Amino acid sequence: MPLRPLSPAKLWRRRLQHYRLEAARCRDCGKTIYPPRPRCPYCGSRNLEKLSLLGKKGKLVTYTVEYTVPAGFREQAPLVIGIAEIEGARILASMTDVDPEELRTGMCVEPVLRRIRSTDPYGVIAYAVKLRPCLGAGHEGGEGEAGGGSKGDS
Amino acid sequence: MAKPGIVGWGAYIPRYRLPSTETSRLWGYPDAVPARLGVGEKSVAGPDEDSVTMGVEAALNALRRAGIDASRIGAVFVGSESKPYAVKPSATIIAEAIGATPDTMASDLEFACRAGSEGLRAALGLVEAGRIEYGLAIGSDTAQASPGDVLDFTAASGAAAYIVGPHNESVAVLEGVYTYVTDTPDFWRRDGSPYPLHGEAFTGQPAYFHHIVSAVKGLMDRLGLRPSDIDYAVFHQPNASFPRRAAKKLGIPLEKVEPGLVVKYIGNTYNASALLGLAKVLDEAKPGSRILLAPFGSGAGADAYSFIVTDLVEEKRPLAPRVIDYIERRKTITYSLYAKYRRLYRRIEW
Repeated sequence: MPLRPLSPAKLWRRRLQHYRLEAARCRDCGKTIYPPRPRCPYCGSRNLEKLSLLGKKGKLVTYTVEYTVPAGFREQAPLVIGIAEIEGARILASMTDVDPEELRTGMCVEPVLRRIRSTDPYGVIAYAVKLRPCLGAGHEGGEGEAGGGSKGDS
Repeated sequence: MAKPGIVGWGAYIPRYRLPSTETSRLWGYPDAVPARLGVGEKSVAGPDEDSVTMGVEAALNALRRAGIDASRIGAVFVGSESKPYAVKPSATIIAEAIGATPDTMASDLEFACRAGSEGLRAALGLVEAGRIEYGLAIGSDTAQASPGDVLDFTAASGAAAYIVGPHNESVAVLEGVYTYVTDTPDFWRRDGSPYPLHGEAFTGQPAYFHHIVSAVKGLMDRLGLRPSDIDYAVFHQPNASFPRRAAKKLGIPLEKVEPGLVVKYIGNTYNASALLGLAKVLDEAKPGSRILLAPFGSGAGADAYSFIVTDLVEEKRPLAPRVIDYIERRKTITYSLYAKYRRLYRRIEW
């Protein structure tokens, strides 16, 4: 089936979540919620604040490697999909700049903005956050490999 | 009026490297050709990267060092000759991603490899005039070259970003800037053409050297500087030979040029070329140093800036990855992977 063009309106509506990993933090129970919602799913509070998880570091909880990829993703195959825990929120996203043999559960990952899929050369381009292994030490904030335990529940 | 300066700098270089030997073997060049250019390998953007995504990472690194909230940025200027859209600004995507919208100017600039520098000059001017508090200038390119052209050895990918602001927050204060432009058709890409063309030897003397030397001499005359007053010299770097020859013509010793030469590690990143060189110098320069920065763009023109490094540089340096951290993060690829990553294969998506 030929690729359907991406909807500009749909991409526009989700741009803050896709570009900045905009999440919500509950001021009452402290949990981070992604994607953000008007009400905290943990304690029911509506006392939430927005925050961006772009630029934060987290750890890889689990991953899968897809060799049979949907249309529009062949250039990126094999497609690595990961779940990361960042500031207590679980983020499901594609991974980038990593080969399957380099993947380790618990490794430090950071969200970066990338192109999500290629479509026809005429349509709108989808950008969104992917997960990348953290850049090495040499600057503050590089925490290296995180421990295997999970904090927060989701 | 107090001079403005650079309050934060940020670099980005993608992970992949294409060795020159891959290109020379595929296209039938002797290895002497890349050796003469002084470029052993070039950085290549991955399949999901473009000048916008690279610009965002460089800008976020600059923001970390600036230590300001992005909402205080009043201008976002992006210089690139590899815009993902021919019509639709890259600057708005970057501004939205870093959180600078909506209260900001934003536009894409075009002047071959010096558009990012024009953005830097414009942002510094807006700060100096008191029109904005902070400005962001980005040079970012996934540089194009016709496959098999001699440019294919050097056309690389990377980005550099600068947040400019007030004197008292600056890591490098602007001492002066001078720009020299003429209409010189040394390198161009027509509308709808996928790759740039160039005038071979014409790109040297009448274009690169004439404009850079004229801009630097114009600046030094205005500021009353001699070559011995300069501690670091950073020129546009289409290859490793041109900037060294430019320094020789200006009487600047090579040891003042080498710290800012990134082309020998990653190739020519077009709009990021000289700006990544400046970032590498800021990664290591001592307070009090005077940095000469001279970006060049075909068509043609050059800027010459003089910056004085301040004490703040040392505390801001560890807040983001250095240029050398990105240079050392590398994975070698084959020409066929390079062709895939840079979308050189024509496919039917089905």
